[in-house]
Amino acid sequence: MSAKTIDIPDSTSVKPEPLTGDQVMDVGDQTIEIDDPTFTQAPVVDRPNTVGASENTVTRIRTRDLSVFYGEVQALKNISLSVPQHRVTALIGPSGCGKSTFLRCLNRMNDMVDGVRIAGNVWLDDQDVYDTGTDVVELRKRVGMVFQKSNPFPKSIFDNVAYGPRLSGIRNRSELHQIVEHSLKRSALWNEVKERLSDSALQLSGGQQQRLCIARALATDPEILLMDEPASALDPASTARIENLIFELRDRYTIVIVTHNMQQAARVSDRTAFFYEGRMIEDGPTKQLFTTPAEKQTEDYITGRFG
Amino acid sequence: MSSVSTFVKPVSPQHQATGVQGRRKTFEKLIQAFLFVCAGISVATTVCIVVVLLVESVQFFFEVSIVEFLTGTKWTPLLKPQHFGILPLLCGTMLVAVGSAVVSIPVGLGTAIYLSEYAPPRLREVIKPVVEVLAGIPSVVYGYFAVVTISPMIRTVFPSAGPFNAASACIVVGIMTLPMIISLSEDALRAVPRSLRQGAYALGATKYDVTTQVVVPAAMSGIVASFLLAISRAVGETMAVTLAAGATPKATLNPLESIQTMTAYIIQISQGDTPAGTLEHRTIFAVGLTLFIVTLMINLLAQWFLSQVREKYE
Ligand SMILES: Nc1ncnc2c1ncn2[C@@H]1O[C@H](COP(=O)(O)OP(=O)(O)OP(=O)(O)O)[C@@H](O)[C@H]1O
Ligand SMILES: [Mg+2]
Repeated sequence: MSAKTIDIPDSTSVKPEPLTGDQVMDVGDQTIEIDDPTFTQAPVVDRPNTVGASENTVTRIRTRDLSVFYGEVQALKNISLSVPQHRVTALIGPSGCGKSTFLRCLNRMNDMVDGVRIAGNVWLDDQDVYDTGTDVVELRKRVGMVFQKSNPFPKSIFDNVAYGPRLSGIRNRSELHQIVEHSLKRSALWNEVKERLSDSALQLSGGQQQRLCIARALATDPEILLMDEPASALDPASTARIENLIFELRDRYTIVIVTHNMQQAARVSDRTAFFYEGRMIEDGPTKQLFTTPAEKQTEDYITGRFG
Repeated sequence: MSSVSTFVKPVSPQHQATGVQGRRKTFEKLIQAFLFVCAGISVATTVCIVVVLLVESVQFFFEVSIVEFLTGTKWTPLLKPQHFGILPLLCGTMLVAVGSAVVSIPVGLGTAIYLSEYAPPRLREVIKPVVEVLAGIPSVVYGYFAVVTISPMIRTVFPSAGPFNAASACIVVGIMTLPMIISLSEDALRAVPRSLRQGAYALGATKYDVTTQVVVPAAMSGIVASFLLAISRAVGETMAVTLAAGATPKATLNPLESIQTMTAYIIQISQGDTPAGTLEHRTIFAVGLTLFIVTLMINLLAQWFLSQVREKYE
């Protein structure tokens, strides 16, 4: 069985309007090139932004030999991955392989897990994320996150979305309202909730709650957005809207998305990394990874032979 | 009662087995009957108490008008001229309830938040048992602690205070009700899903933000329920209050004065030589009924708040 059996849909069929075919598929060879030897090997703390990208693509997040231990169990093993700016990076792999763990390392949400130990490095631009001097609160404002399980606050819809902006000190009601409306429109929820912004968020359906959480993350206007299976609880229509949203956000944000849906990874991402049992088996331009994977395990996974 | 009907439900013919099976069935029936009687005892007791309270109170209200009882500002049933206005006793009870809440709510909630959100696990394991010991101290011990320790301290700060004063009762009842607030509030705080805290942290919230804006509001109904149950306990508290606050029915809000609560009054009459069946003696049933109604209302309100907690995360 060939890896090519995976169906990579024509981007125009997914996103009819502003997107042209080559925008989605330009990931191949010309945009990101990480063959640069300085990039994956030695610590390049001093110039992490300048490598790994050809043309105008800059690396925003880079990990080197990142390992995570939950107690005695090692959940991540020496992950070295780069996340390019204004691109969508997809993480795929079977359940329990460490995708969420990896994502949580990028905004230090793992800090709160009891008994966690993290080794290796994570850089955001040229800032060492795990440096003791790093302001975690500031970091999390820049690196937003949508969780695997939707977790709206037991507050009104409005207050959920306004939570981040309020943390940043925005008090002006009309300004908040503008942010809330804008964020809800982007997460494709506005039309369903505009009449009842003061209702409890817990009254929303599961899929609506997930879109609310996306809106909540967007409202803080992060530079980087980490999305852990944002569409797992959504129906096909909402999923399509979220995918459209990801296309749009791509121009302004840098996105890392975890997904179990290979079609989705193929549709939305520029680059894909395949994780398996705590290791990163391979990563590369999405098209390449799905059509000509370098590793047998990757091929087996994307053709549905396991996982 | 529905439990009665299930109990006497006729056994259908095919279930009337013989031998071992039959004996097992009989055993099951006996167990069920025994458990039903157990459950019935508490129901029967409640009903009896309410009936006695009502019967005696009705007799009391044949002689004293309800209006006088509820609006009178003098309570002198044992002195001539007799006055049967419950307000001084109600006022005393409320003073102790509110005063103790002033002590117990901030300290209790603060402790609960500390234990649930801030305390390192090891420290938590030390503090929790200490709080439980607090709950196990007999109330009479609290009472003389108030008289011999708290009251003299109050009198050094406020020389005008009497040896028996409401403030010492408030403080000691506040301490007594702390464990209730701490453990119930902490349960409510801990019941807030981790994922909510993480959601807030991921938006750049500090620990203080998460605690005050997400965790405490999410646990609010449980916290309020713990306050109400503590207040209800303070209203019903007898021993410590009788010892600490004195026996002077007075419609005052000054915590430095000696007062009398409803419970303390009931103790006074029950132990005195007032003959049963007299009007003077019946006062305790009217007071008891009032006390019962007040605590019942508070408890119902607390139950309602607790039901809100259960609804929230289902
Ligand atoms: N808080 C934790 N404590 C202990 N072990 C954990 C914790 N979180 C995750 N793990 C373990 O780490 C491994 C990776 O988990 P992770 O959640 O990152 O997987 P995942 O790839 O996101 O899986 P899924 O696709 O099912 O979400 C798993 O074996 C999991 O049991
Ligand atoms: Mg996961």
